[in-house]
Amino acid sequence: MREFIDGATAVARGALDSGCDFFAGYPISPATPLLLHMIRELPKTGGVAIQAEDEIAAICMCIGAAMTGGRALTATSGPGISLYSENIGLAIMGEVPLVIVDVQRLGPATGGATTPGQGDVQFVRWSTSGGYPIIALAPSSVAECYSFTRRAFDLAERFRCPVFLLTDKEMFLSMSTVEVAAYESPPVRARAAAAATPEDAFIPHGLAPMDALPFTPIGGSHIVRFTGSSHDEYGFLTKNPVAIGRLNEHLRCKIEDHADEIDFARSDLQEDASTLFISYGITARAMAEAVLQARTAGRAVSSLTVQSLWPVPEAGLIGALCGLTCAEGVERVVVAELNHGDFRREVERVIYRWAAETRRRPLQIVGIHRVDGELITPSQFLEALLA
Amino acid sequence: MTLPNSFFTTYRNERSYPFCPGCGHGLILNQLNRALIELGLDPKRVVIVSDIGCQGLGDQYFITNAFHGLHGRSIAYATGIKLTDPDLKVIVLIGDGGTGIGGAHLLNAARRNVGLTVLVFNNFNFGMTGGEHSVTTPLGGITATTRDGNLERPLDLCATVAANGAGFAWRGTAFDRDLAAVIADAMRRECFAMLDIWELCTAYYVPNNEFSRKMLEEMRVALEMRAGTVHREARSEYAHAVRAAGAEHSGQPALAPKPIAPHFASTLAREFRFVIAGSAGGKVRSLARTLGEAALLSGLWAAQQDDYPVTVQTGHSISELIFSPREILFTGVIRPDALVLLSEEGLRMSGRYLAALTGESWLFTTPAFAALETPARKVILDFDAAGVGDSKKQLALLLAGAALRQLGLFPLEALEEAIRRGQRGPIAEANLEALRQSVLIADLPANPRS
Ligand SMILES: Cc1ncc(C[n+]2csc(CCOP(=O)(O)OP(=O)(O)O)c2C)c(N)n1
Ligand code: SF4
Ligand SMILES: [Mg+2]
Repeated sequence: MREFIDGATAVARGALDSGCDFFAGYPISPATPLLLHMIRELPKTGGVAIQAEDEIAAICMCIGAAMTGGRALTATSGPGISLYSENIGLAIMGEVPLVIVDVQRLGPATGGATTPGQGDVQFVRWSTSGGYPIIALAPSSVAECYSFTRRAFDLAERFRCPVFLLTDKEMFLSMSTVEVAAYESPPVRARAAAAATPEDAFIPHGLAPMDALPFTPIGGSHIVRFTGSSHDEYGFLTKNPVAIGRLNEHLRCKIEDHADEIDFARSDLQEDASTLFISYGITARAMAEAVLQARTAGRAVSSLTVQSLWPVPEAGLIGALCGLTCAEGVERVVVAELNHGDFRREVERVIYRWAAETRRRPLQIVGIHRVDGELITPSQFLEALLA
Repeated sequence: MTLPNSFFTTYRNERSYPFCPGCGHGLILNQLNRALIELGLDPKRVVIVSDIGCQGLGDQYFITNAFHGLHGRSIAYATGIKLTDPDLKVIVLIGDGGTGIGGAHLLNAARRNVGLTVLVFNNFNFGMTGGEHSVTTPLGGITATTRDGNLERPLDLCATVAANGAGFAWRGTAFDRDLAAVIADAMRRECFAMLDIWELCTAYYVPNNEFSRKMLEEMRVALEMRAGTVHREARSEYAHAVRAAGAEHSGQPALAPKPIAPHFASTLAREFRFVIAGSAGGKVRSLARTLGEAALLSGLWAAQQDDYPVTVQTGHSISELIFSPREILFTGVIRPDALVLLSEEGLRMSGRYLAALTGESWLFTTPAFAALETPARKVILDFDAAGVGDSKKQLALLLAGAALRQLGLFPLEALEEAIRRGQRGPIAEANLEALRQSVLIADLPANPRS
């Protein structure tokens, strides 16, 4: 049995199936369909969906809701992420479980409202001050729009941080055929409830046991202190360098030290392939078609579909470089994306460091980049393979 | 969850305020404490949402829940909190600075009548950042950024929220004896209640303007801004109203998959790219969707990508469809196998499709475009001449139906079923009738050439 469905519907269903009960957003192409879905569907499940007065209010409402026990979702496109910026920092600092869908359109500024783009890859990573890590997933099929949304909600609970679902106009609005059995349903964990400790023993912002960040909603069984300022474990502002350093290291380490729990990529390796294609999102579909055509024509090629853009799946990338045998490995890497090389920078960073550490000759890394509003085509991959 | 009065003798913790000597902030917080004592609420069911600025430090001195977010956004966080737990008592501490940068939230929370008690710590300047002017700095007021006197008219906060639906608006000073009672009264009401509380910033506004407690009253009279209860209005509280409105929809099934069981057969052996180029209002996108579902009913895979201007009721409307016996990976269409051209607007946007057509491609169109030069096999269908009723409105379906018959991608019965499946009674009937008429038209050419 198959379904004819667009990415927006798959994300909405993924959110509802994850127990999402709060949505606030502001209309913007091409993200609006998710707002409409949530406005229509959430009341049915007892949740609340709101069109806020602007994107700033939208993410503020989501943060307030999340800290009051809600499972919050918001959706926008590049211009709206700009307005979310300061509050993304607050969600990092306050350890707020929050899922943010960024339906990328062509930038900069108003750019192409109904034109696909992938230009927000570095933007979401560095969208707020301080340089702290976030998580970003990039579905490359409508079925993944569903399963990655679930995964995003789970990771938001696990790490209590903003998790981005990075998609684009084409993936979100175009109709695709999905084999219903192909929808994966990764588990979405419940929010870790704080134990019923006596009030004076309750620590709302404990940093130590990463696995069980206890959560009490505002209005719940413990007094909760939430703040975007440097704070101690009890949520009081502090100027103590030891406490501040510990908090800020925690915000970084809780993601970087657990990257292997988060990052993922799908590799499709072929023996004797000297070229490795790397892509993600909508562009990974053209890559898959090119791989099929190349192999049909008798040309070996490997590919890597990056599924978590942040953290960068470094182990998966180096594994794909080694190829199947790890003796020869690939000689050339082609990174394709609808921007000026956002993710290629990461590929270069990982490969150059790996080459230096293992005393190898750095590989050739080339980019296929497109910013004219059209999709990268399979022929562009094939040309790069022959070049 | 109201506990017996006097259960808590104070809602303050043991910490002492950090404010400058003589600062009005501590006076207001003391009155808030008295109001909380009077109400005797469970501190777990009270949240103080503080803004940024000296007043934003205030949440730390209470035993209630606390939320300290970003500058100007306190009302928006408070709205999210109230929407999630409508029975919480939500108090907002905000400075005059916050009401400026967060003006949109203030206005909209008033308009919505969100049940918040908003205490504006109005000291006519930004205390925390060094005494710069704010939206409430009086005309002529000297601040770090209005060295010759302020030229901007001060915002009348009460009048602003009153004009926009706030349940309660009050103006007074941090020295008013009834302030605690007013705060308690505001908290008892389930409405957007804003208290514009005038006070002294002894570090900046007072020395810069030789300002004093006595001058608060003189200034208010000079500005012709009323004191006391400025506005009262009975409206339903927003968070409860949202929940009540939502409850009417509860229980209905949420977005569930609508799988399509294939029960027609297609002999299509490769990907086929089918582009429909027409105008807004020409039912292009809805037809494309129906064609996609018909393909699934025939065991195929389909993809549909639309292109249209943001002003949706004008200009072109183009749908690219791909039909395939296997999963479709790349969803772009570079070279259509068939182009269905409906209108001038469609033609204008079809340059790249037309340029890509070859002798193997098909072009289905009307006599209006008969003269188009193309290597493609051209099928010109004159539904007007054939006397097909409503050929203008149904052109997309008529041409696509004829194209399907010619190309044999999947059975017309699948399209009929997709129409019945996806469209409501009379619309489905009209479309089915058009499809029948498209079949009635004179025989299609056996081997058309341009
Ligand atoms: C986005 C942003 N811009 C600027 C600031 C700097 N800032 C801190 S407090 C403040 C003004 C506070 O004035 P007010 O709200 O009147 O509070 P007061 O200090 O007078 O109590 C400003 C501009 C900030 N924290 N965030
Ligand atoms: S700077 Fe002004 S507002 Fe801030 S504590 Fe001092 S007197 Fe109060
Ligand atoms: Mg002030």
